[in-house]
Amino acid sequence: MKKQILTLAVVAVAGFGAFVAPVNAAGTAVELPKRDWSFDGALGTYDRNQLQRGFQVYKEVCAACHGLDRVFYRNLTALGYNEEQIKTIASEYSVVDGPDDEGEMFDRPARPSDRFVGPYPNIQAARSVNNGAYPPDLSLIAKSRAGGADYIAALLTGYEQAPADVEVMAGMHWNKYFNGHQIAMAAPLTDGQVSYADETPTTVDQMAQDVAAFLTWAAEPHMEVRKRMGVKVLIFLSIFAFIMYRVKRKIWRDVH
Amino acid sequence: MGSGPREDFKNPVVNWIDERLPVFTLMQKEYGVFPTPKNFNYFWNFGAIAMVVLVTMIVTGIFLAMNYTAHEDMAFDSVERIMRDVNYGWLLRYIHMNGASMFFIAIYIHIYRGMYYGSYKKPRELLWILGVLILVLLMATAFMGYTLPWSQMSGWGATVITSLFSAIPLVGDSLLTWLWGGFSVDNPTLNRFYALHYLLPFVICAVVFLHIWALHVTGSNNPLGIEPKGPQDTLPFHPYYTMKDSFGICVFLVFFAFMVFFAPNYLNHADHYVPFDPLVTPQHIVPEWYFLPFYAILRAVTFDIGIPLTKIVFIEAKLGGVLAMFGSIALLGFMPWLDTSKVRSAKFRPMYKLALFGLVAAFVALGIAGAKPAEGLWLYVSQVSMAYYFAFFVVILPMLGKIEKTKPLPGSIHEAVTAKAK
Repeated sequence: MKKQILTLAVVAVAGFGAFVAPVNAAGTAVELPKRDWSFDGALGTYDRNQLQRGFQVYKEVCAACHGLDRVFYRNLTALGYNEEQIKTIASEYSVVDGPDDEGEMFDRPARPSDRFVGPYPNIQAARSVNNGAYPPDLSLIAKSRAGGADYIAALLTGYEQAPADVEVMAGMHWNKYFNGHQIAMAAPLTDGQVSYADETPTTVDQMAQDVAAFLTWAAEPHMEVRKRMGVKVLIFLSIFAFIMYRVKRKIWRDVH
Repeated sequence: MGSGPREDFKNPVVNWIDERLPVFTLMQKEYGVFPTPKNFNYFWNFGAIAMVVLVTMIVTGIFLAMNYTAHEDMAFDSVERIMRDVNYGWLLRYIHMNGASMFFIAIYIHIYRGMYYGSYKKPRELLWILGVLILVLLMATAFMGYTLPWSQMSGWGATVITSLFSAIPLVGDSLLTWLWGGFSVDNPTLNRFYALHYLLPFVICAVVFLHIWALHVTGSNNPLGIEPKGPQDTLPFHPYYTMKDSFGICVFLVFFAFMVFFAPNYLNHADHYVPFDPLVTPQHIVPEWYFLPFYAILRAVTFDIGIPLTKIVFIEAKLGGVLAMFGSIALLGFMPWLDTSKVRSAKFRPMYKLALFGLVAAFVALGIAGAKPAEGLWLYVSQVSMAYYFAFFVVILPMLGKIEKTKPLPGSIHEAVTAKAK
């Protein structure tokens, strides 16, 4: 019986692994540098300070071209901001509301219940000012690119001089990690571009790391709850499985 | 549904109901005292595990449906709303999403079990065919479910798979327009896929009912592949197998929960988080892992089939691939008749055992090749594996029955079990 369980386990794991490995390996062309993240692993959590720094980078740099449409200002409580701070942050933006009693649309300051206000009214407007390229919404970018946070950080730090034999098209930029290497976005970060409230150095690498963490949170805001619940569920199921094993053994004792 | 002689129950309420509608007698007969071979190994857990996954999928699916909007402009957003703003919506969706993979893991092991121990053989042919039918329904349901988030992988996966029907001669293109409800994968396609994705699981339930009914007529096969000869060979289903299944289910759920809580997107593709854009084709359109072996077969037929050295073509490569893919599943249904051996269990069939391991290897190889671009070495791997897959069913299986020297079968289950205990 032990042998059979073992066989079963080996067949299951080997089969599963064999199928799955290639699916994920087919993703990226250039090997991404693996960075350390506070949210790595089964017990990893978001670093609130890092998320706030990342939010600052997004707000002061990325938001000039990229929307974050699936995130609401109220969600920023997860970064450690209080209600008043969030109201202040939201009120810096203006949204079109209405129609009012006279049937007119009007502008008003954004509230915590509003979505992040994007830089463009529509895709056409975005393309017309970006040389025909559309800066994608960043709400899900960490989940919609193989490599997630590692990819975002790599891309932001991956701008290089193009190899001599490659002609970079007009308006394009060479990036080591971008698929096809020619990206419409110019290197967005320069050292000292933002000034952090804490002592963290504002190097390109640090800002890239911080904003990648922020965007990971934006894509998967419930990760911490998920992992915490997962630990409890696994403990419960393991104990329950052990109990069922003992029960089974006891009942089957006379048969074997 | 006969109302033959029945035994009274002690509880008066139960007895009152049972006299009028003998559901308790039925449960007692089919799940209480039902005689079950006493030598099952843990492979026999996977039927019950698949049942648990089916129920899980239906329950989570119904709650997801309450929050999902089947419209091309809103489907993706509604799924993201479920992930972010619906209470525990992320949990429902991750269970449902990974549940599909869990279902195929359980069902593939269940099928392998049936093949290894000869569970498809007389008198269980219909039971087996119903099982193959469940597999087909499951594939259709999973495929349609995958289109519902209306992501790049959804839309383009739907395009690739539905386009297969255009390979059918004469009516192909009209059929495709009819399937799509238009001239491309569009809002009508999403709506009908949603309706069918909600319908098919209940059809699966009905076929599962027939599958279990047929099982309870013939009784279960067992690792020795010999019929029980009397009460000494069997045990009542409860508590022996209810408890053993419960243990197996718990172990499986540990794995399921691990995937849901700690690696929910491990089996997913990044493009599944990009909204569908009919104007932008993803670089690689890859199906979910459980379809990869069949996807590899589809793409392995790169040659027209006709009279060699002439330009006469009977079957073009595209149609050939489609036929090979559907044929590879349909062939399973013919297994009871393709296998000519009198002995069921691979335990006593050394050559069959090897051939079956070969089939598993070919299936895994096809799965890996299915994830790679269909060119170069991987194309050859899928072609060779496909050749073996078909040869296993149409050449090896019928031949083995004639040439294989099987090992002697034990006299009875009881005899084998007690001999092993000593």
